[in-house]
Amino acid sequence: MLKFLGSRILTFVPTFLGVAFISFAFIRVLPGDPIIVMAGERGMSEERYAELKAQFGFDQPFLVQFWEYFTGILQGDLGQSFVTKRPVWDEFFTLFPATLELALCGMVFAVLLGLPAGVIAAVNRGKLWDRLFMSSALVAYSMPIFWWALLLIIVFSGHLQWTPVSGRIDLVYYFPDATGFMLYDAAVSGQKGALWSAIRHLILPTLVLGTIPLAVIARQTRSAMLEVLGEDYIRTARAKGLPPARINAVHALRNSLIPVITVIGLSVGTLLAGAILTETIFSWPGIGKWMVDSIFRRDYPVVQGGLMLIAVMVMIVNLTVDVLYGVINPKIRKRS
Amino acid sequence: MRLYNYIYCALAGVVLSAGMASAQALVYCSEGSPEGFDPALYTSGTTFDASSHPIYNRLVEFKVGTTEVIPALAESYSVSDDGLTVTFNLRKGVQFHSSDKFTPSRDFNADDVIFSFDRQGNPDNPYHQVSGGTWEYYGGMSMPSLIKSIEKTDDYTVVFHLNRPEAPIIANMAMDFASIVSKEYADAMLAAGTPEMVNQAPIGTGPFQFQAYQKDAVIRYIRNDAYWGDPARVQALIFAITPDASVRYQKIQAGECHVMAYPNPADISAMKADANTVVLEQEGLNVGYLAYNTTQPPYDNPKVRKALNMAIDKQAIIDVVFQGSGQIAKNPLPPTMWSYNQATVDDAYDPAAANAMLEAEGVTGLDMKIWAMPVQRPYNPNARRMAELMQADFAKVGVNVEIVSYEWGEYLSRSKSKDRDGAVLLGWTGDNGDPDNFLAVLLGCDGVEASNRAQWCHAPFDDLIQQAKVTSDVAERTRLYEQAQLIFKDQAPWATIAHSVVHMVTRPEVDGYVVHPLGGHIFNQVGLK
Repeated sequence: MLKFLGSRILTFVPTFLGVAFISFAFIRVLPGDPIIVMAGERGMSEERYAELKAQFGFDQPFLVQFWEYFTGILQGDLGQSFVTKRPVWDEFFTLFPATLELALCGMVFAVLLGLPAGVIAAVNRGKLWDRLFMSSALVAYSMPIFWWALLLIIVFSGHLQWTPVSGRIDLVYYFPDATGFMLYDAAVSGQKGALWSAIRHLILPTLVLGTIPLAVIARQTRSAMLEVLGEDYIRTARAKGLPPARINAVHALRNSLIPVITVIGLSVGTLLAGAILTETIFSWPGIGKWMVDSIFRRDYPVVQGGLMLIAVMVMIVNLTVDVLYGVINPKIRKRS
Repeated sequence: MRLYNYIYCALAGVVLSAGMASAQALVYCSEGSPEGFDPALYTSGTTFDASSHPIYNRLVEFKVGTTEVIPALAESYSVSDDGLTVTFNLRKGVQFHSSDKFTPSRDFNADDVIFSFDRQGNPDNPYHQVSGGTWEYYGGMSMPSLIKSIEKTDDYTVVFHLNRPEAPIIANMAMDFASIVSKEYADAMLAAGTPEMVNQAPIGTGPFQFQAYQKDAVIRYIRNDAYWGDPARVQALIFAITPDASVRYQKIQAGECHVMAYPNPADISAMKADANTVVLEQEGLNVGYLAYNTTQPPYDNPKVRKALNMAIDKQAIIDVVFQGSGQIAKNPLPPTMWSYNQATVDDAYDPAAANAMLEAEGVTGLDMKIWAMPVQRPYNPNARRMAELMQADFAKVGVNVEIVSYEWGEYLSRSKSKDRDGAVLLGWTGDNGDPDNFLAVLLGCDGVEASNRAQWCHAPFDDLIQQAKVTSDVAERTRLYEQAQLIFKDQAPWATIAHSVVHMVTRPEVDGYVVHPLGGHIFNQVGLK
């Protein structure tokens, strides 16, 4: 297992280098000068422009700029946002817990509903449940997120007033961040009702964010299950008189999990990069909106640093998925 | 968690647990996050709303709801006869806020004023480079070339020596970048090795004291009970950052906020009919325009420009692009600005006459480009749509329009060029309520190949605005600017298109909210019934 992990971690090095370079080059390839964008309609004099260019190091050759950036990364310095003037590192880790909390809740919701839905649909292939679940999954997958989110807000927050409209907790509660994870911070704050408020604020964003992964997981589980259910060993198990519940849960589901875990891993990776629409609509202070705003403002350090940190997170998720493959299927572990 | 935080948590809890409907906490659903809390470092209104308005004061300020400059941290001021010396007499007994990191040992004085400006203009000041300071507004308002020196005569008298007389200097002093920060706090933070805290944990003299900022989510302030002026009417002010306009509307309906900014134009009529919301409106201090390149034929001919102006159906633009949240512009100045010339007659929409004028000037089968901005602004909510409407209008007078656009930075950069091919859609939002801020910046000869996108340098016009700049008598300046507006209209370097109408939405229990013409959202005077 250690050798397996070691070989996977070694692949991080070239990936990390590649991401650092691509993220650095990508934002510079885009048209638009950050200094001119910063000055806006007001503009600035030639002298001031030259002064700022030197201040930001844009007067240096591309490779020199990259080298300075890269050596900075190795020392743990991702630079400072042009806009907020704060270190990128600080900004990322202020916002990332909100994204992670929402992504995890969204995935738990998607897995808890998607997996059983897929299994039920596969077991009842062609029957009512199969058609109901799969057509619902198709609808869920096709819905525009902003429309779905606003619809839920209007119905549940506006008309029924069951859930708050947006934010992470009622404004009545105020406690400095301990971890940035609102559920945990609210629970340890000692303020009565804070945890319940945080949970209520999570309901709609979780539902919205989890909708598409739920649909994908349900469909993927169904197709993987159908494939496994046709295998000889399942027929053998049935012939031996094993109860259907045991066949489905132990023999079929476990062997269907590899493609499902792949999908879950990819979805988590995507969600960790931030869910721009969900975050914007629910005023959720995560990294998705932060990154998109930074691209529009040509805030180079944030785009570069943010992309790299997100890439590292995604690499860690992929590593976890690889490890899980090994746990589920020992043959993969041995091959590696 | 420090004791200080506990005290504030407890206070916030008490204030808010009384319920949002009480006269204690005012919740404002803002449209975005502040970039920081030191207003001199930034240029966006969102940042000023969260920093300079609640936390800081300036030597002079704009009276809320007007562009009139009134004394603030300076009790009075005087300008020398030659216009080269401005003396500010400072208010005594003004206290800076306290925090867990800083307790002031003295009141506000001349040292704070000098520090507040010196850090922006003096590269040797230890704070000049702190927080990556670019001091855009200080530079943008030409302060480095204007201010020769700032002198402290005594603890409560500061004298600004200028390199040239400039009447708008007093209005500049009321701008957000001129907010007064505490030198004592800055020195303490520098000594502690955390100078960036001046930007992140601000200390000012304003009506509200900064309490906490949860990035992209909530900003909290509490009332400054030691405020030198009229104290704020609510005990706490909270900004609930809500980027989506539809969600802001839902929140105000649900009572989750009391005031919201920037409603969707499409929602205004529903809001007016809604018993939960009150819609306030006022013309914005801005102008949207189409700037011809007056250095290139046939646009170097004022008659051609005038003919094109007459071909534009501005009312259709107001209806379609602004969805009613705008008004036709006839002057380059907005109507809320002093010296706005009511007597100016706008170019009437008359395609037949426009066609005849173009033919009389020998212009037939003209191909032109219209540049459409890639971004949304109050003075132009949808430049692409506006350009399409103009394209259809110009087609009626035989002018074939190609619409072009570039990424915003490229757009700003390329549109400055004298060789630019085509007319540019752009606009301006006033900074200091002074006509010079529109006429000199956008149409003066100094602005050619910079902010003067029409590249228009017309001596009779420029002489008037230069004369107004060095005249301190407001009546005389008004006369000069009124005259300049008539020349502008006659020469038509732009098609003046629209001024936006700013809408603010409050709940019915909100009392005393006033829409500020300079665009800021100010809550000192706001209470809850």
